Amino acid sequence: MTGLSIENISMRFDLPNGSSVQALKNVSLHLNEGELMSVLGPSGCGKTTLLNIVAGFLAPTEGQVVMNGHKVTGPAAERGMVFQQGALFEWMDVRSNVSFGPRMEGQRPSQYDAHVDHLLNVTGLRDFKDKAIYELSGGMQQRVALARCLANDPDVILMDEPLGALDALTREKMQGLVLKLWKETGKTIILITHSVEEALLLGERLLVMAPRPGRIHKEYNLPFADLGVGADLREVKKHPDYARTREEILEMIWDMEEEIMGRAEAAQ
Amino acid sequence: MIGSVILLVYVAIFVLSFLAVRFLVHKTTRDFTSLKTVTFGDESAVTSNRIASIVSVTTVFLIWGSFTGSSWVPGFLHAPGPFVGETSFTYTLETADGVRDDATVYVKVADFGQETESIEAAPGEGIAKDDAVAMNASRTATILFDRNDEVTRKDGARVVAIDGIAIGAGDEIRTETGRFALTDKGAISFAPPSGLQMEPIWLPPPEDVVGRVVEIANEGYRDSTLWRHLGYSLFRVIAGFVFGALLGIPLGYAMGLSDWFRGWFEPIVEFMRPVPPLALIPLVIIWFGIGETGKIILLFLASLWIMAIAARAGVSGVNISKVHAAYSLGASKFQVMRHVIMPNSLPEIFTGARVAMGVCWGTVVAAELVAASEGAGMMIMVASKFQLTDIVLMGIILIGVIGFGIDILMRKAESVLVPWKGRS
Ligand SMILES: Nc1ncnc2c1ncn2[C@@H]1O[C@H](COP(=O)(O)OP(=O)(O)OP(=O)(O)O)[C@@H](O)[C@H]1O
Ligand SMILES: [Mg+2]
Repeated sequence: MTGLSIENISMRFDLPNGSSVQALKNVSLHLNEGELMSVLGPSGCGKTTLLNIVAGFLAPTEGQVVMNGHKVTGPAAERGMVFQQGALFEWMDVRSNVSFGPRMEGQRPSQYDAHVDHLLNVTGLRDFKDKAIYELSGGMQQRVALARCLANDPDVILMDEPLGALDALTREKMQGLVLKLWKETGKTIILITHSVEEALLLGERLLVMAPRPGRIHKEYNLPFADLGVGADLREVKKHPDYARTREEILEMIWDMEEEIMGRAEAAQ
Repeated sequence: MIGSVILLVYVAIFVLSFLAVRFLVHKTTRDFTSLKTVTFGDESAVTSNRIASIVSVTTVFLIWGSFTGSSWVPGFLHAPGPFVGETSFTYTLETADGVRDDATVYVKVADFGQETESIEAAPGEGIAKDDAVAMNASRTATILFDRNDEVTRKDGARVVAIDGIAIGAGDEIRTETGRFALTDKGAISFAPPSGLQMEPIWLPPPEDVVGRVVEIANEGYRDSTLWRHLGYSLFRVIAGFVFGALLGIPLGYAMGLSDWFRGWFEPIVEFMRPVPPLALIPLVIIWFGIGETGKIILLFLASLWIMAIAARAGVSGVNISKVHAAYSLGASKFQVMRHVIMPNSLPEIFTGARVAMGVCWGTVVAAELVAASEGAGMMIMVASKFQLTDIVLMGIILIGVIGFGIDILMRKAESVLVPWKGRS
């Protein structure tokens, strides 16, 4: 079976003081190849935990992740990750960062040069390929992170708030880039975000998670990602369903946050 | 006395140059960055003012030259010097019978450190005879005025006035000529004006120190040339540091990567870290003697813990996302170590190396002060025993300059080798 299956995953963190946190409970879902799923949810509902389990950085206390028919037991090149920030290698220039995956695999420059150069072009980094990481703006750094992940040609790309640290304008441009790369490469993508708009625009499927314990609350199938490929994202926002869905989700998350606050107050 | 004058002059120059630069120079170069809000602890908010640094260094040398009467500082900037040359005063002698007579004392004051030249004076008339005294500047002379007088203190004679001013036992009078007092036994104690300059034995003028550098560079000191002395010190530092780094960095890596290594070595490292290397000198001398081995082992110990702790901090300080990113890009454990953890720890290691070099340099000088036959510390130690203040000063200045030079070199190397430091 192809695609990515998350099968009945639960995750419990045991705290040093003897108590424990149920970060995830009985989460199951299946992603087909080439699907882009965005994940939304209030802070602390286990989004990062879920992504770390899929990436193989964490072992779930129950359940398993199955990728293209085999069980995930640790990080591997088939599942690439784009972090919010701070995950680039400052001691390498832009090009060496992007070619890191192929180099670790033992490829010779002649084997990866063309692909790396292509990615640098697509992400608009051609003129910066010899620059040091700390000489780049935040938006450029995230483009490097994206290119580095794609250069390794993973089957699934996991993104944890990849655009969270960017300003609104840069963020919008990067959203367009993500859509474009998704269509061009046909990768399976899971994208965590705090922005409802971003989740709506980029997610072919949209997952809303609820906290305590972390679980899937609701799932949407949305047309906006397909509409947005190569188009002006601001036009997409004028779609009649867009505003309605946005309000619905905002209210949903708002209610969850209220409930958390209420519980926190009651506990006091 | 001289100390407070120097402090006053120093503060005055500080304030005046500050005001002068504020009103004359700064006005024209004011830009928007000077309007930037200064947040406490933000290093970039306050940068050092070049002019202030230049004035500061110049001031130190100017004060040094001025208060030592240096020939490199124009005369009008000199602090008042001590009285040198010939002077005289009269004393009035009164016998037990109440008979008074005046006599003159001729004093010849020689400059600091010069031989006193004896002078002669004709005895003159009366029961009190004229005297002649030779002395050095800034000294106090006890004048046994009655050696040649017809009536002496034994006969009940005593001094009742100096230059016509009455003086009794325990009084002190000041005149243009100097300061006078009577000793318990009735002799005259005389001090010519001492001025505000330092004696070379406390602080030699800069030209003397430079002269010493040239002299010792050419002729050597204690059987070794200056370069040999400094070379020995540097060699010990570098050897000790290299050994310390060679063992300390792998040790730090092991402690950062393995819980067993960490548990095993942590008590040792944490215990040795607060022990000042200077406190190890006696033990090292007992175990290894005062030769090269002992010194290099001392410096090895001084740098070992610093390098181990720096390397450990470098390893554990790695952002976990970088490691995760490398793993999900397909890197093996070894590759993560080689391409992520090691380069990531370099800035910390460089910081540690700078600290270690500084500590080693300080420690080597101290160790040489205790026991050595060559080295910068030995040079100033031996010189101080002979009160050769100029060599002591020369040594201190060279030690400072070299220590500063080492730090600059380390910083240069750092900006070339780890340019990303502090910028991620
Ligand atoms: N290593 C850990 N040890 C203990 N508890 C943890 C650990 N990692 C996460 N948790 C807990 O698990 C819950 C889910 O955390 P997670 O980071 O997955 O949330 P999130 O949805 O990504 O939140 P955010 O939107 O703020 O990033 C939280 O209550 C958190 O405190
Ligand atoms: Mg998170």
